[in-house]
Amino acid sequence: MSDRPYEVIGTRPVRHDGADKVTGRAKFGADVRLPGMVYGYVLRSPHAHARIRRLDTTRAEQFPGVLAVVTAADLPESPDRPVDLVEGTLPLRYVRANVLARDKVLYKGHAVAAVAAVNRHVAEEAASLIEVDYEPLPAVLDVLGAMREDAPRVHEDLRMREFGETTERAGNIAEHFRFVLGEVEPSPTGEGLVPKGFADADVIVEREFRTAMVHQGYLEPQNATALWNQDGRVYVWTSTQGAFSAREAIAWVLDLPVSRVCVYPMEVGGAFGGKIRIYLEPVAALLSRKCGRPVQIVMPRRDVFEATGPTPGTVIRVKMGARKDGRISAAQVWMAYETGAFPSGQCAFGAMCILAPYDIPNLVIDGYDVVVNKPSTAPYRAPGATQAAFAAESVVDELAEKLGMDPIEFRLKNAAREGTRRADGPKHARIGCVEVLEAMRNHPHYRAPLEGQNRGRGVALGYWFNIGWYSACTISVNPDGTVNLVEGSVDLSGTRTSIAMQAAEVLGLRPDQVHPVVADTDSIGPTAVTGGSRTTYATGWAAYEAAHDVIRQMKQRAAMIWDVEPAAISFERGVFRTGERTMTFAELAARLEETGGPVIGRGAVNPASAGGSFAGAIADVEVDPGTGKVRLLRFTSLQDAGRAVHPTAVEGQMQGGSAQGIGWALFEEYAWTAEGAMANSSLLDYREPTALDVPPIETVIVEVPDPEHPFGVRGVGEANIVPPPAAIANAVYRAVGVRLRQLPLKASALVDALRAREN
Amino acid sequence: MRRAMVRVQTTVNGQPAEFLCEPRQSLLECLRDILGLTGTKEGCNDGNCGACAVIMDGRLVNSCLVLGVEAEGRTILTIEGLARGSELHPIQRAFLEQGAVQCGFCTPGLILATKALLDRIADPSEAEIRRWLANHLCRCTGYDKVVRAVRQAAAELKEACR
Amino acid sequence: MKWFDYAAPGSLTEAFELLARHPGARPLAGGTDLLVQMRAGERQADLLVDVKRIPELNELGCDASGTLRLGAAVPCCVISESELVRRRWPALAEVAAMIGGVPIQSRASLGGNLCNAAPSADGPPVLMVLRAICRVAGPSGERRLPVEEFCIGPGKTVLAPGELLVGFEIPPPEPASGACYLRFTPRAEMDIAVAGAAAAVRVEGEAIGWARLALSAVAPTPLLVREAGEYLAGKPATEDAIRAAAEIARDAARPISDVRGTAEHRRRLVSVLAERALRVAVARAREAQA
Repeated sequence: MSDRPYEVIGTRPVRHDGADKVTGRAKFGADVRLPGMVYGYVLRSPHAHARIRRLDTTRAEQFPGVLAVVTAADLPESPDRPVDLVEGTLPLRYVRANVLARDKVLYKGHAVAAVAAVNRHVAEEAASLIEVDYEPLPAVLDVLGAMREDAPRVHEDLRMREFGETTERAGNIAEHFRFVLGEVEPSPTGEGLVPKGFADADVIVEREFRTAMVHQGYLEPQNATALWNQDGRVYVWTSTQGAFSAREAIAWVLDLPVSRVCVYPMEVGGAFGGKIRIYLEPVAALLSRKCGRPVQIVMPRRDVFEATGPTPGTVIRVKMGARKDGRISAAQVWMAYETGAFPSGQCAFGAMCILAPYDIPNLVIDGYDVVVNKPSTAPYRAPGATQAAFAAESVVDELAEKLGMDPIEFRLKNAAREGTRRADGPKHARIGCVEVLEAMRNHPHYRAPLEGQNRGRGVALGYWFNIGWYSACTISVNPDGTVNLVEGSVDLSGTRTSIAMQAAEVLGLRPDQVHPVVADTDSIGPTAVTGGSRTTYATGWAAYEAAHDVIRQMKQRAAMIWDVEPAAISFERGVFRTGERTMTFAELAARLEETGGPVIGRGAVNPASAGGSFAGAIADVEVDPGTGKVRLLRFTSLQDAGRAVHPTAVEGQMQGGSAQGIGWALFEEYAWTAEGAMANSSLLDYREPTALDVPPIETVIVEVPDPEHPFGVRGVGEANIVPPPAAIANAVYRAVGVRLRQLPLKASALVDALRAREN
Repeated sequence: MRRAMVRVQTTVNGQPAEFLCEPRQSLLECLRDILGLTGTKEGCNDGNCGACAVIMDGRLVNSCLVLGVEAEGRTILTIEGLARGSELHPIQRAFLEQGAVQCGFCTPGLILATKALLDRIADPSEAEIRRWLANHLCRCTGYDKVVRAVRQAAAELKEACR
Repeated sequence: MKWFDYAAPGSLTEAFELLARHPGARPLAGGTDLLVQMRAGERQADLLVDVKRIPELNELGCDASGTLRLGAAVPCCVISESELVRRRWPALAEVAAMIGGVPIQSRASLGGNLCNAAPSADGPPVLMVLRAICRVAGPSGERRLPVEEFCIGPGKTVLAPGELLVGFEIPPPEPASGACYLRFTPRAEMDIAVAGAAAAVRVEGEAIGWARLALSAVAPTPLLVREAGEYLAGKPATEDAIRAAAEIARDAARPISDVRGTAEHRRRLVSVLAERALRVAVARAREAQA
């Protein structure tokens, strides 16, 4: 018992919401049923880029069964200002324009009007009667094309930001930023900077990579149910990653004080970054205001693909030089991310991560966010980092090969450690980069022989910086010695339990003696989104603080009963003690009424940063050279969890992130028609991996505790998706000797490459 | 055109159920919007995700691809009908114990697929399990713990049959 | 989805009456294609005539000559689980277990698969190499035609208004024969063929007695490549002969580039898949011979 530092942390209890999830009782957004509720349907643009000349809703309004029709004209017009959308700042006019297009549609699927009716079929039929006169405009669909001076403009009013300042330059480049470390010099052409250090290099590899736009692919479509109450308050039930961020965004778009909006966060059927932005919520609210009844809108799957936020496609150029001794001497990166119809900012996240696993003395990273006529992009699990790692880790693999070094040894030789400076400025705190690489090197999978034709093994490393931010938690003590824990963090994957376990550890209780509740925005203090791998870290920390607050107050009660100073009372393993006298937590809990009434502990934290997490992947593949099919034979995911609160949940994150990375590597992409319509907007043709496409995923949890967190926790939600595409591409190379530099790794491209090599 | 609703008589989770629907309403809509059985989920509405799977006359079907009117005279099992009183079904318990549930949205469909599988093949191989689950997308788990849950449930149900 | 009415006749006569009375009517079998297409606005109907309660369309059994009589609405799961089909026409059982996933196979039928007339359909190539005959019935009687004559373009068949595909007749397997269907899909299952090839072969000693080869997803309709079979007939069953037949199939293919694959990749896949399918069919035929 005593050789384990914790009683609860590190165990695997059944999750608190388990029974609800396996009996169908858990209430997701679309499961809300309110008296008098009617159903909405959103009419969307058939064009990728067009001016709306005229919009006539008369026939729809007259259709039997219709209760309300809204367009952008129903949105308030308040002065424009920048608003913070969690993953970046946008002008409010852009946020509104994405909810309902006013004079221009900017992508196929852009919302233009909505209907509320007695059922969804009637709403859809009525929406088809809305007359929209479009003037089609040339669409910009390609990131490099969009960057040209003469490209058609997505926004007339967009001005490029460069190095943090707004310039006068109009066009589709929303932002250009640059990270520099070490010694640099002007490039020979006079434009931009290049790092020094390539002159010392014995090998230099310079490659260009492309990745397709992909979707988070959650199974539950976006939804919203809204009631604009007759007292002026707006109630919204929705599947969101952040009840408070949703409340703010809804209030901004509707020009209401936040206190007039209450968001009930429903169970979320997968999000992965895609359920931070709001889409349907203000539309449902406007419909409700018009018809006086609750309105529910659920997105058809096609709209989920075409009109929510997929994650950017990219063009990334990486040049790296290394010396014979295995040290990387310089790196230069040029990266352009398509943000979709509105600026996003994920390129900067990618730039923060792309070289972060390595200690590189001289480097320059130039990044560009570029708007195009595609859906406005949103974060996807370690946003920006997976595309970046595909490029960098392919180049690192090639360098290792050219130097004749083992790919893991080469990475170890250059691995970032505590104190290594990241490209974006901050120094790494205590990180587990080396430990993850060592775990990879020592894993039986890496050492196992791989026999057979056309088979190969690849590895890759990935990083995500994780975030801190604010969380609130309260704990009230029940007279039977259990506690109720109220938190503001939406639970996407079992964090109710990983948070409750941290409180249980402090309180000396079993996990099932802590009853966690995710509250609405009227009932708990503001809590930032479930994203950035922050929830178990930051809200767990808030629970830790709240639990300690409970213990402090309980000691005061014990002191009253025993007539001693609170300082004379100790609390250990569920027992209060002074001298020889003891009282269990439950015994004292039964005596709160007589000693002053309820005990309610509170925890509120706002850590400025969090310990980053590294993940590694080892992939074995077999290539069918005839068809180009890549089959995964074996896959291992390794990740630094700091301290694994609930190892089963940690493994689940690693396996889920790996499977998404496998899909990104092999199948998933937005395919486009020449006119800019998504050509594969169904789960049939988008091709998320099925149970037959992913092998059993082995996991190794590495534990390098984060020194800041009371239990050493690091968020584990994201880094695991980063290495798989690069690991699989590297494995394909080892199997058949060709390197593919475009995601997904298509069968046809592989056969093309094999044939090109033969000729 | 006269739009006539249709009366449908069926058996849902062991109880007779009768409802009035439009012919264009899917069984999924009838279960969720008319009968209030929201445990069956809509993920794609075109048969490609498996979240809406129910068991009809002993066969696993995507309820989005069955019309409500086609349920006439049929026997339907939804996720709400699996537990016996306050006891979880061994499949449900296995999913919890193996950590096979993350967001839980695909879970009802996966559990019913497991039921249909184990009703037909008591001791399925890993390949059989994966084939039976292949119509059911799960974006959270990577399927690994789901496969383990099916194995655990198979073992327990076999044990219980002895 | 626009409003439609629904009827579930219990007999062919009743069905023909309904189809005759409602020009906007469409037969509904498993619905796994039709309902999806109607929701997407790709097909319309005022009335869906559910044919699943008509006895003739649910038939599965052999007649006295050993011919398989397979109703058009028999769900794939029943076909793939049928001991009779598995024993006598294993390639048919295999393809029935390949269309969609398990819950799709509970509803989808080979008749529906054919009537949907998708060039990428998996069922038709197998039916073609097995020499299946379609039984088509209408108010004026029944006609019979080989499966390869049924589809006339993407989404288009020879069915006249008011006619129904009742079922298939598949002749008994000859001794020393074997068949196989292979397809390429990016995912392992739950995917549409980028290209597919079905082969059936009879061996006579070391030689090929006859062979049939059919393709999916590389022409406006599922495609029987007669030339490939004619080329192989009487030839020794060698790798070279198989490869040459596969090249004939590749040249017969008229693929397009679409979101699921390029024409170039499809052509390459045809030669690879045709070759492999023929090889498996020959191996199975030899097994049957032994």
